[in-house]
Amino acid sequence: MDSLYGIFLYAIYLLTMGGIYAVLVMGLNIQWGFTGLFNAGIAGFFAVGAYTSAIISTASSGRHLGGLSLPLWASLPGAMIASALIAWAVAWICIRLRSDYLAIATLGIAEILRLVLKNEDWATNGARGISRIPKPFEDLPEPWNQIAMLLLVLAILLVLYLLLERARRAPWGRVMTAIRENEAAARAAGKNVEGFRIEAFVLGGALMGLGGALMAHHVKFIDPNMAEPLSTTFIVWVMLIIGGSGNNKGALFGAFLVWTLWSTSEIVTTRLPAEWELKSAYLRFFLVGLALQIILQRYPAGILKEHRPIGK
Amino acid sequence: MSALSDRPTLEFQGISGGYGGSEIIHDISIRVGAGEIVTLIGPNGAGKSSVMNATFGQLQINGGRILLKGEEITGIAPEQAVRRGISYVPQVSNVFPNLTVQENLEIGAWIRRDDFRPRMEEMFALFPPLSERRRIPAGALSGGQRQMAAMAKALMVDPEILLLDEPTAGLSPRFRGEIFAVVRKVNARGIPILMVEQNARQALGIADRGYVLVDGHCRMEGSGKDLLANPEVGAMFLGRRADEETSPAPNPGSEAPAVDGSTTQSMRP
Amino acid sequence: MNELIGFVNFHLIPGIVLGSIYALGAIGLTLTFGILRFANFAHGETMTLGAFVALVVIDLTNWHVLATLPFAMLLTVLTVLVMDRLFFRPLRTGPTVILLIASFGLMLMMRSAIQIIWGVDLETLSKGLAIPWVLFESLRIFPKHLLIVGAALLLMLGVHGLLRHTPIGKAMRAMSDSPELARMTGIDTERVVMATWITGAVLAAAAGVLLAYDTHLDSRMGFRVLLPIFAAALLGGLGRPYGAMAGGLVIGVAEELSTYSWIGDGPLVSPGYKSGVAFAIMIALLIWRPSGLFRGRVF
Repeated sequence: MDSLYGIFLYAIYLLTMGGIYAVLVMGLNIQWGFTGLFNAGIAGFFAVGAYTSAIISTASSGRHLGGLSLPLWASLPGAMIASALIAWAVAWICIRLRSDYLAIATLGIAEILRLVLKNEDWATNGARGISRIPKPFEDLPEPWNQIAMLLLVLAILLVLYLLLERARRAPWGRVMTAIRENEAAARAAGKNVEGFRIEAFVLGGALMGLGGALMAHHVKFIDPNMAEPLSTTFIVWVMLIIGGSGNNKGALFGAFLVWTLWSTSEIVTTRLPAEWELKSAYLRFFLVGLALQIILQRYPAGILKEHRPIGK
Repeated sequence: MSALSDRPTLEFQGISGGYGGSEIIHDISIRVGAGEIVTLIGPNGAGKSSVMNATFGQLQINGGRILLKGEEITGIAPEQAVRRGISYVPQVSNVFPNLTVQENLEIGAWIRRDDFRPRMEEMFALFPPLSERRRIPAGALSGGQRQMAAMAKALMVDPEILLLDEPTAGLSPRFRGEIFAVVRKVNARGIPILMVEQNARQALGIADRGYVLVDGHCRMEGSGKDLLANPEVGAMFLGRRADEETSPAPNPGSEAPAVDGSTTQSMRP
Repeated sequence: MNELIGFVNFHLIPGIVLGSIYALGAIGLTLTFGILRFANFAHGETMTLGAFVALVVIDLTNWHVLATLPFAMLLTVLTVLVMDRLFFRPLRTGPTVILLIASFGLMLMMRSAIQIIWGVDLETLSKGLAIPWVLFESLRIFPKHLLIVGAALLLMLGVHGLLRHTPIGKAMRAMSDSPELARMTGIDTERVVMATWITGAVLAAAAGVLLAYDTHLDSRMGFRVLLPIFAAALLGGLGRPYGAMAGGLVIGVAEELSTYSWIGDGPLVSPGYKSGVAFAIMIALLIWRPSGLFRGRVF
């Protein structure tokens, strides 16, 4: 009975985390899937969201900036706005250049943000990170607090999904597809290609900030290692590529699938002897990289292919 | 004449093709005989460059055959075409701008296994303006000199046929005349030339034969002289171009203007 | 006077050393960009691999660091060629941004593999205390710094010879100028691609070994230098090897000079942000001069 309850709690945890990753993947899907913009610094936008929401929502501590004790309806939008602003700055600089420049710049911005988070003790408590971030519904009895958190994440995900599906079918989404497929033609049709690209990059950045905020509230603690590119950026990329970029359902599917595999494989590796446990953690990353390569070569469209909205 | 020399150097037999589903040229049959200059003329978008690209496997061919000296080369890969003896000078980016003129010629001789230096000196003799600029990056050359460098580079392999895509595009009338003179000089060495040109009058003036392409179809063919005299061709291409009206066509019989340092004063940096 | 000596000893000389290492890394990056048309994110990890191979050779033989270079280069070249065959060549005909993603994934794979094989601990290549030569009673020069700069200069001279005086080097430059024309000229492009990987891997291995020799070595070294060498390649103009040499030197010197007390007593830039200097230079370039200092091309 106990173990069954444990499995139940684990499943809730799995779905909640998967849902948070799905928010990130949808953000990347807007940037890469819809618009073809490469982002190698997902972790940076994610961390900005996490820190912003932490600063807005935590109680005053004297160890870091903020302590505004504001509720979720302030911390989540705040996180989105902060990430969106940084995304806007990066996009404004790089959007005219070819994708390699954007890739390098986004990698750089993530690294700089990590440095700022680590070095600016007064604002972020440095390497020690920010703890005691309020978690929504944490006053509810177990397991209802966990269930409520999951429902919140899923509700946000559903709203995002519906909005994005609508945007994709709307003229806005069709212009995006047109730009990605044939930039010259879109330009000739009088579309402001740069403007649309910046919009997409900023919107994607905002969603990554939202994902970061949800993660901060969910795990209640954040530190600069969240901006470590390995853990976040790669996994989100793999989720999108495996699920099928350009397709919101694929993004959702990829997020839950990869997260489930990632998380359950951890159960196996933690039972290995200590020296193998460490190595197997790296082996898991190696396999993620390998999975990415195989998908790129064998299933370039991902598992769920993109369904083009029928345009007129 | 032996049967061998009767065989055209390059022959298109009813070639149709295009890019990605849309067909651009339809049932094109042309041939370039040994030692001939053949020109393709026609309005923009008539498919002239597509004919060139077909020779290199750069066009998706839906029907017909391309023969080089009787051997089928339809759909050959670009890097193979040059090994078979087809040297192509594209209209733009036809030299490596960051390589010196001499390095361009060396790279032009890439597929040669023998000592290419005598050939290179021959090219410098054929194009004296290049000789003085052999250590200059090709990107720093003037338009006319760049065309010469591109031709010299293409000739390094001793090709069976030289393909020129609008060699005079973007050049002033004076340099155009020089380039046409160079084309004749190259041809005088026995190299057949297939040339796409916008400057129909001058091109037909030096060509043995010409083809008129309209909307991807071959509308007319004939000797350069006949096409020049043809009223329909005149109405279609020759009358419209004001700049060509004023500059007389070079008489095919007269001696070509010299392509040496003395006539290239303004080309010096 | 003491000010000046301190500046030279602790900022200028380390800057030149670091800069020549960055230059080696940036040349490989810029060559792959010029010829294969993508920014290779795995290049930093290639450097780390070279350094770990040197570590193995030293553990086995106790040779001098520089003597391990040929082995480090050889093994790195072989690895890179296998990676090209497995992960890049199948994608070569598609859009180049897919190659970029593949290199991104490969960066993760290489680092994980290095961590599985060699762990994550800090290692050093040269044991024992380094004693500097003291010139004019104050100028301190470490022999290893001379060796590093000397080796880097020799390698750069080698690159110059390759690109200017060998047929394959000229073909590499030609393909960097125009891949289409190179094909029409009959250049065997796969051979040029291979030569590019070999050159890049040789230089990356050397850069990795020299960097580990100068400081220390761990599995994250490659990622740490990725941003500076990208910045160096951008500074020199992507696709331009000579620009990358100059760019590497500029970035290295700028990073070390940034911590000098230009204004007041404290360092101008806190050491915690040293790696941000390269990024700041890069952003400034992207805004005002994306073609690089020497007017490279913008692809």
